[in-house]
Amino acid sequence: MSGIKVDKNKCIGCTLCVKACPFGAMSMVDKKAFVDLDKCQLCNSCVETCKVVHAIEIIRETTRTPDMEKYKGIWVFAEQRKGVVQPVVFELLGKARELADKLKVDVACVLMGSNIKDKAEDLIHRGADKVYVVDNPKLEHFLDEPYARIMANLIRKNRPEAILCPATVVGRSVISRVAVQLRVGLTADCTGLDIDLENGYLMQTRPAFGGNIMATILAKYHRPQLATVRHKVFKEAAVDLKRKGVVEVVNYDNSFFVSRTKILKVVDEVTSTVNITEANVIVSGGRAMGGAENFKMLEELANVLNGAVGASRAAIDEGWMPYSHQVGQTGKTVCPTVYIACGISGQIQHLVGMQSSNIIIAINRDPSAPIFTVANYGIIGDVFEVVPLLTKRFKEVL
Amino acid sequence: MNIIVCIKQVPDTTEVRIDPITKNLVREGVKSIVNPFDAYAIEEGVRLKEKFGGKVIALTMGPPQADAVLREAISLGCDEGVLVTDRAFAGSDTLATSYTLSKAIEKIKDYDIIICGKQAVDGDTAQVGPGIAATLDIPQITYVRKIDEIKDGLITAERATEDGYEIAQTKLPCLLTVVKEVNVPRLPSLKGKMKAKSAVITMWKAADIGGEENRLGLKGSPTEVWKIFTPPPRPQGKIYEGDAKEAVNQLVDAIKVINR
Repeated sequence: MSGIKVDKNKCIGCTLCVKACPFGAMSMVDKKAFVDLDKCQLCNSCVETCKVVHAIEIIRETTRTPDMEKYKGIWVFAEQRKGVVQPVVFELLGKARELADKLKVDVACVLMGSNIKDKAEDLIHRGADKVYVVDNPKLEHFLDEPYARIMANLIRKNRPEAILCPATVVGRSVISRVAVQLRVGLTADCTGLDIDLENGYLMQTRPAFGGNIMATILAKYHRPQLATVRHKVFKEAAVDLKRKGVVEVVNYDNSFFVSRTKILKVVDEVTSTVNITEANVIVSGGRAMGGAENFKMLEELANVLNGAVGASRAAIDEGWMPYSHQVGQTGKTVCPTVYIACGISGQIQHLVGMQSSNIIIAINRDPSAPIFTVANYGIIGDVFEVVPLLTKRFKEVL
Repeated sequence: MNIIVCIKQVPDTTEVRIDPITKNLVREGVKSIVNPFDAYAIEEGVRLKEKFGGKVIALTMGPPQADAVLREAISLGCDEGVLVTDRAFAGSDTLATSYTLSKAIEKIKDYDIIICGKQAVDGDTAQVGPGIAATLDIPQITYVRKIDEIKDGLITAERATEDGYEIAQTKLPCLLTVVKEVNVPRLPSLKGKMKAKSAVITMWKAADIGGEENRLGLKGSPTEVWKIFTPPPRPQGKIYEGDAKEAVNQLVDAIKVINR
């Protein structure tokens, strides 16, 4: 039977596991470790700590991908929108190259769309050894069914060991379907990826419980190992125009392009020119901004820094900015190089959406505002006074 | 029109915190709530029923106490609640969860639309909605922010994208995942609360939904947690106060240094 087991003959009652369990699931009953199965999350912490006597074990009688060792190479799903390869793809390519070099295998990209064949070279310049191109007018708009069907088919034929996919609207929709069709593991929103050189596993680290804790996930017995990664988590791969690679155009018959869904219209409506998830600098406003008209001041600061404007839920709910600009748990998760929080108190729901930013600058009147606990820099003061001064000063020095 | 709304009971992550000494998660006293995104799914399901007739079934997988979220769904206008609960499901990752919920949906059988919240706030994966659609082999529209029309077996809806939205049309039966913009959920009515209290929740075990044993729970889950750890705390920040102009100059100088 699968599950967590305590061998009472081996347990010496040392209580280390009780201390190690982050979920309060371990206790001592008759001086032996006891697992509360309702609380246990099978996180492995107790097993790790019980290394001396090995009294605790998690048994997984899982299935296996046949011929697992024949799966080689790291793939990247090269998402394009309107014929433009998304910047997050180049970030994934940088990471894929690093992982592939550790494993001494190739990097390949899957590029699907209409009239996109000429973009394959860009992917090679960014580190791909091979690009599978599926170019068909029926792939002009992203459609879940044909994209997932073709992706699954390419994987079955070519057997990569791992695939990195952008954690975007498109990426998350398609890769979830692929994972089910292939019955393999998928880990969402990885913030760290590495290779366990001994076993060749992809070590996938991601935040859990609202970012309060990090978990490293493995899919030991299934190939490929699928992972999604958000924007700005990894560094973009550098361009090397001398790099050579193979472009393989793959043709499919019409049955592969069948879709029950069709796209009737595509509408762009991001008010400032930059999508906040892709911005390097975000200037965000909260309740203390007091009104929609005051966001102009944030736009000016954002313009000087080549950034975008975000907002807290409080400001969105007031109708001061459109929902597409909301940062936080019910909005977008962002990790720009610089995040400037203006008049945002920093409720936990907001913090989980921006706390992985490289540099956080907080401007708030209230010195006890929680935003200062995550800020690298802060100014205690009135946003209406500080923000224009900041804009002016940045203009002078940049 | 019959709707199935898939919901999840989650810990209120905003109340989960780390014990500064033991570095463990403090979960004592943390409430269990309906996943915030699922509230929009429930509301949308109830609105469709009000417009087109039929019924709304709320479905969840979880421990026996997860029946609380089904009762909440009924108080908000859902007609029935189905709880899939069994020790055999313990340790399910998103693949096993998608499969288990799909088997329950196959048993419910008569449905036109399945609605899920865009993601659950405890795992944040957004994988189970599309996972169910793929398991059942039905089409999906993810990140729906507005349903425009349902007519002649077709649904037209706006799907939120990074740059705006697109209008997609697909065939019923289908699965939708919804974002916050789709509606403003109502509060439970007194009548709804009374109904929820006395409602009989349907409980299904693994044997009731059938399905292959090696696709359930730990056995059906390719992913496993290998290690968990507390992220390193952010270093104490530099906070300036006093004269605003002076503070701004110092701040900009400090940033200039690290940019170099």
